[in-house]
Amino acid sequence: MLRIKDLKVSYGMIEAIKGISFEVGDGEIVTLIGANGAGKTTTMHAISGLLKPRAGSIMLDDTELTKIPAHKIVSLGLAQVPEGRRVFAQQTVEENLYLGAYQRKDKEGIQKDLGDVFSLFPRLEERRKQMAGTLSGGEQQMLAMGRALMTGPSILLLDEPSMGLSPLLVSEIFHIIEEINKKGTTILLVEQNAKRALAIADRAYVLETGCITLSGTGEELARDERVKKAYLGG
Amino acid sequence: MDFLSYLINGLGLGSVYAIIALGYTMVYGIAKMLNFAHGDVIMIGAYVAFFSISDLGLPLIPAVLLSVAVCTLLGVLIERLAYKPLRSASALSVLITAIGVSYFLQNAAQLLWSSSTKVFPGVIPSGGITWNGLTVSWVTMITISVCLVVMTVLILFINYTKTGRAMRACSEDKGAATLMGISVNRMISITFAIGSGLAAFASVLLCATYPSVNPTLGAMPGIKAFTAAVFGGIGSIPGAFLGGLLLGVIEILARAYISTQLSDAIVFAVLILILLIKPTGLLGKKLREKV
Repeated sequence: MLRIKDLKVSYGMIEAIKGISFEVGDGEIVTLIGANGAGKTTTMHAISGLLKPRAGSIMLDDTELTKIPAHKIVSLGLAQVPEGRRVFAQQTVEENLYLGAYQRKDKEGIQKDLGDVFSLFPRLEERRKQMAGTLSGGEQQMLAMGRALMTGPSILLLDEPSMGLSPLLVSEIFHIIEEINKKGTTILLVEQNAKRALAIADRAYVLETGCITLSGTGEELARDERVKKAYLGG
Repeated sequence: MDFLSYLINGLGLGSVYAIIALGYTMVYGIAKMLNFAHGDVIMIGAYVAFFSISDLGLPLIPAVLLSVAVCTLLGVLIERLAYKPLRSASALSVLITAIGVSYFLQNAAQLLWSSSTKVFPGVIPSGGITWNGLTVSWVTMITISVCLVVMTVLILFINYTKTGRAMRACSEDKGAATLMGISVNRMISITFAIGSGLAAFASVLLCATYPSVNPTLGAMPGIKAFTAAVFGGIGSIPGAFLGGLLLGVIEILARAYISTQLSDAIVFAVLILILLIKPTGLLGKKLREKV
């Protein structure tokens, strides 16, 4: 269970997140939707520790994440697939995946998860010796997701996984997100593609200039007139 | 035969530059900063080796190991005390701090050990192997061998160990590396430790060729090795190796065939030329972002 309470994040004098609260229950798919600059990525970075919040609390089960250095958060079972994929371009697919398992000691578990990642993304297995920088955008997204799965997460944060992908690939990625969730991983999804995100989400929040303005189940929000008007193109 | 012997001497000198250049290039690759105090770590390494041989009467190998230990510790300490607090500061502040650390070390050495030059004991026997009228000194052979071993071990370490992979990940994208659970601070510490430890090797090799120890001993080799690192493509390990060797050869050939006084000027002129033609250095590459 991830519980965010009164979170405030600033860049210098500018307050990007103005005190938001939301939660992600175990096994859920929760999505944050919102326009460019609403603060979605900032929220994600605050949760994974890359940004230190100015105030508020982020609880993962019984642990206060804001008090833990960023590199130690991943071993608590929280992984993030960052916006723009950010794979290690000059390392091979396989090396990228092993970097995901960097903080793990269980050799057998790592090999099992590597097998799972390859069965989820067969393309990655075909290209395991290839430099990540030579992959297509879609393959890099798969690698970024596979790399995050290699950390052995109980909750996975996905930041704009569909960005820049062809409609066909977008469908594939969303299908895979559902599949990952079915295997027991909680998902927090940030998307500009609100229609797709709401379709797979159990619950959703709308983020507008640093505040949560609406919340409800994925279905509720997909039918909401305000959401339709602002995010679903009519 | 003269040319061949100049070439081999150049490779010997270049090997020392290459080992020093590794320190610059690795630190730049990961911390994205120029550690201008690196040359002065060499100087400290030379003093440690000097005192352990002359005063403590240690044999060469233990003296080198002691020097490596002291330099490694010093490098990590410099990073922790001077650079770490500036992690989010501007590049200029870090650069000025590095120059400050450099002056601090030089003046501390002067205060502790006076500015008078000390003669480094002859640790490697003079003479060498003569073959067809071409003599290669022991010092040159040892220097080149040490450089090759260091290079091989380092490349294996960076490419095939878990820590090496993590270091490369940090050098590409610190944020993404952090998301993998890699402590960027720890990787930077390790990098400083390796670079400074190598500086100790370089100091002994340097003093075996030019046996005088004084507080500014590291300045010139430091700046030339920095040039070598830029020449080869800063951030690239094979680049530092190639840049170091080429720089050594150019310097010795210029000294032999053109002018002893102008040899340094020629070395730096070559650097300027290379940077005009290929701004990223010989093996450096610009990364493009994929969307």
